[in-house]
Amino acid sequence: MALALPLYVSEVWLRVFEYAMVGAVAAIGLTLLSGHCGQLSLGTPFFMLVGGTAYAALAADAEAGSDLVGIGLPPVIAIVGAVVVSSLAGLAFAPVAGRVSGIYLAVATLSLVFLGLYLGQRFTEFTGGAATGRPAPPFTIFGFSLTTREPELTVLGVPFGAQERMWYLFLILVIGGIFLALGAVRSRPGRSWRAVRDNPASAAAMGVNVARARATAFAVSAGYAGLAGVMMVLWFGLLKADENEFQGSWSIAAAISLLAIVIIGGLGSVWGAVLGAAFVFGLPLALRLLVPSVPLLASITEGSGGFTPSVITAFAYGSLIVLVVIFEPGGLAAIGRRITARFGR
Amino acid sequence: MSTFMQLTINGAGSGAVFALLALGFVIIYRASGAVNFAHGSLVLVAGYITVRAQESMGITVAAILGVLGAGVLAVIIERVLVARTRGGDPIALVLLTIGVDVVIVEEVARRLGSSAPFVRVPWANEVIHVGQITVLKGQIVALCFGLVIIAVLFALFRFTGWGLAMRAQAEHREAAALMGVRNTQVTAAAWLIAGVLAGIAVLFLATPDFAGGGVSRATHSLVLVAFPAAIIGGLDSTNGAVIGGFIVGLTGAYSQQYVSFEFARVAVYLVMLAVLVVRPSGLFGTKEVQRV
Repeated sequence: MALALPLYVSEVWLRVFEYAMVGAVAAIGLTLLSGHCGQLSLGTPFFMLVGGTAYAALAADAEAGSDLVGIGLPPVIAIVGAVVVSSLAGLAFAPVAGRVSGIYLAVATLSLVFLGLYLGQRFTEFTGGAATGRPAPPFTIFGFSLTTREPELTVLGVPFGAQERMWYLFLILVIGGIFLALGAVRSRPGRSWRAVRDNPASAAAMGVNVARARATAFAVSAGYAGLAGVMMVLWFGLLKADENEFQGSWSIAAAISLLAIVIIGGLGSVWGAVLGAAFVFGLPLALRLLVPSVPLLASITEGSGGFTPSVITAFAYGSLIVLVVIFEPGGLAAIGRRITARFGR
Repeated sequence: MSTFMQLTINGAGSGAVFALLALGFVIIYRASGAVNFAHGSLVLVAGYITVRAQESMGITVAAILGVLGAGVLAVIIERVLVARTRGGDPIALVLLTIGVDVVIVEEVARRLGSSAPFVRVPWANEVIHVGQITVLKGQIVALCFGLVIIAVLFALFRFTGWGLAMRAQAEHREAAALMGVRNTQVTAAAWLIAGVLAGIAVLFLATPDFAGGGVSRATHSLVLVAFPAAIIGGLDSTNGAVIGGFIVGLTGAYSQQYVSFEFARVAVYLVMLAVLVVRPSGLFGTKEVQRV
């Protein structure tokens, strides 16, 4: 079904789903870290910025007369490079991520968001700065672009433009991310993370290197965030540093919405993260598309102080977090398990 | 030298305000075992009530209303939501307060629209000259006011029955309950005090002297700078919170002058990271002991 969707759904709606996929990839990494290793991180947007910037710098061609850094690598290698760079950035945080646990880490990683804001505005030759940004290098394989409409292609009478192609690219990345995460959860690293989460002392007694397990989980989630950052840049077609720390793609608001995805989906559940992303990242864009056609929505969003789609979404996920924590700590994943248990056999 | 003195006084002024906020974090952490991520929304609500009421009622009444509003809101959050998850793990409590924070901040920001009104305190935009040194009057007032409140609070902890009960509860919850400490009352009172502190802090945060911004989302993210203050000192240490507050205030002031304005915000966090690498529970925090 997902494969055939671009044949039926219009471009604007494809964009909504694609944005949700960006959130899903970042949230999968975060759910591994928070749900399985018990480490709370607000630093995900920083690693997204690192990944997006690395992709732009690696894949862009160096242009004369522009001070933007461009190395001109093939985009496939640039994506891999971006993931590696952001994982290494996560690993560089190991002295903190390995030693500091739980709540302390949540606040410690808040520093990364401020660091990202500062570095993003300071090193404009990489990020393009907060004013104009820099264009995202298109993603091409063997001369076939997956993020623009060159060369032209028509499938079953449907013209395959940029959005249809990006859909397949993102689908591959998300599915790859899901399977890697499920593999990690089921095997040795996942078991050592859960041992550290449940009791660091007994994990150490069982032979798990606690600091290393925490640092690895952090680096893995940073790698996922880096990939999500590349997708974010491709989705916008633009890389741009944030103007302030409380709104923007790499801001505290983004950090909190990613955490919201993970909680609403159910801490530790990979599929829950995907569902949560569809809700938290998809809803504001979907509402924006619905506003002109639904009179009720149009009337409440009007004017200053109106309930804009982003306000409605924030209300929805803020209160959902509270409800999930109080009534269903397992999140959507636990609700899903209960439903399948009832109707499954 | 005079620049340095000037920076020290201004930094100490904002440090006192951060100390008030950090004390709020510590008091709540000791009572509920939760780091209150909704602290910023308490500050924002107090600021919003104050700026809306100051036109008609004058600043004194408006400020009192704002401070009480934040206190009451804190108690409501504790009684209605946090108390329901008692015994829940600290991460769940953090997530809960984040959810509350998102909703409240979004609502206040929606009501404010694009405006960012200042709290009109009488000492705003005035400078005092002492010899060669020029300091903002607001920072002096913040410093004196902050020190008085901190002194009163420490006296409360030390000499009142509530202070004793709170210290006992932070030491060992069940044992304290068996000795006749009413956990619910002590915890609610702790949230009330933390809310009141947040309400007082906004009277300094949302003035032209402090960061040059009125009540807005930016005020909320200023509160995030108080997080490092609480963490540097150690989340369960009241002395640490005060010292952490001043460290944060001074770091901000010095790095603003000697490095750059943009770097100042990061500098505070870098200091926190450095402290965490050396002492993962902060300077004065109790080290967690793991029992198998």
